[in-house]
Amino acid sequence: MVTRGFTRKSAAADKPDRIPPGQHLVGDFPVLTAGPTPRVSLGDWSFTLKAGPRPVKRWTWAEFHALPQTQTIRDIHCVTKWSKLDTPWSGVLIDDLLAEAGLEPPTAYALAHSYDGYSTNVPVADLVGGKAMVATHYEGQPLARDHGGPARLLVPHLYFWKSAKWINALQFTERDEAGFWELRGYHIYGDPWREQRYTGD
Amino acid sequence: MALESIRADHVPRQEATIERIERQTARVKSYFLRPQNWRAFRAGQHLDVILTAPDGYEAQRSYSVASEPELEGLYELVVERLEGGEVSAFFHDVAEAGDAIGIRGPFGGHFVWSGQDGGPLLLLGGGSGVAPLMSILRHRAAIGSEIPTILLYSARTWDDVIFREELLARDAAGGNFTLLLNLSRDTARRPQDASRRIDAQMLADTLARFGAAPRLTFVCGSNAFVGNVTDRLLDLGLNPQTIRTERFGG
Repeated sequence: MVTRGFTRKSAAADKPDRIPPGQHLVGDFPVLTAGPTPRVSLGDWSFTLKAGPRPVKRWTWAEFHALPQTQTIRDIHCVTKWSKLDTPWSGVLIDDLLAEAGLEPPTAYALAHSYDGYSTNVPVADLVGGKAMVATHYEGQPLARDHGGPARLLVPHLYFWKSAKWINALQFTERDEAGFWELRGYHIYGDPWREQRYTGD
Repeated sequence: MALESIRADHVPRQEATIERIERQTARVKSYFLRPQNWRAFRAGQHLDVILTAPDGYEAQRSYSVASEPELEGLYELVVERLEGGEVSAFFHDVAEAGDAIGIRGPFGGHFVWSGQDGGPLLLLGGGSGVAPLMSILRHRAAIGSEIPTILLYSARTWDDVIFREELLARDAAGGNFTLLLNLSRDTARRPQDASRRIDAQMLADTLARFGAAPRLTFVCGSNAFVGNVTDRLLDLGLNPQTIRTERFGG
């Protein structure tokens, strides 16, 4: 149904192959959170790989920065309808974390956990093969608190709620366990190109 | 449709008719939408609006529902005109009563309140961020709740206070509800109101009006507003797990 009197004004027209359905382009970097922005000092920061309840490997901030660092430039898509193109990140690929830990993914699913109690589920196939990283820098600068600093997950091919801010652990799970938003009406997988915004899409 | 009906938890798109439009402030209007199939919702949830251009291009935006779940058949959306806003410009410059638009929802399972969530209940709104808080306040009144509740609402000027007359009337009606206005670019009109940036002292004074820490705090507004308010609330010792936020984005 065409909406009477509505016409396109958005710049998305210039890049139709890069803007998923229902999204529009933004130049700024909106901030969305479910609660207050946590305060995480670098001295207290750590990141843990877990197989079920069992911690497999833990890195401090200094140890994390001794790992191979990767830069990537990616388009990101937020379920609240904005997309942002060519965002430059750096951090540690999940592949490199697994290699460093000497760990083959023990299950097909994972949950990312954050300092504020947030969690989100991502299939392991979407985390490996260079598809995802734990990002510590944006545009060459340490990642700002508002955007998930000190470190956030970056899974840019899924809606951005999957890229958990303030990440502190990645846990392999036997089943695909719904995370925070997935339990609150949002899609279990979240592919922007299939417009999987809400439960059952 | 058969597929939709078996996926019980899938919320389909539908058409809604703009039943009436009410001016709130110079930059804000309320739009009352009557959907083909009204869905019950929870106070604080948002509705997706879907506009379709003649070439098939779709623009989608989320707007908090400001009406209460008890207002069956309608959703009230509060739309502020944004510079360069593709959808807000349509609402303000084109939309008329009788027009049909696409909608989905309401959605959202976190920034929501119902009577059994209890209180004391602290609501903090900046600008049009008052919309979901209004739904919560109206719902609280509709169920006859007297849970101690404070709305600290920050607007630029007295004339930018959305729902001003209704809020003042609810404040005067008592029932354990207190309205505190903060006018960031105007002089306070009432002794209990303020006219500065929300700071730690203002929040401490607000919290002191409750006998105990709020059971839940809802903060909605711009990122700068929500960031400032929640940082100060953490400084004052509030448990972050009791604070729910919604920030305007994109």
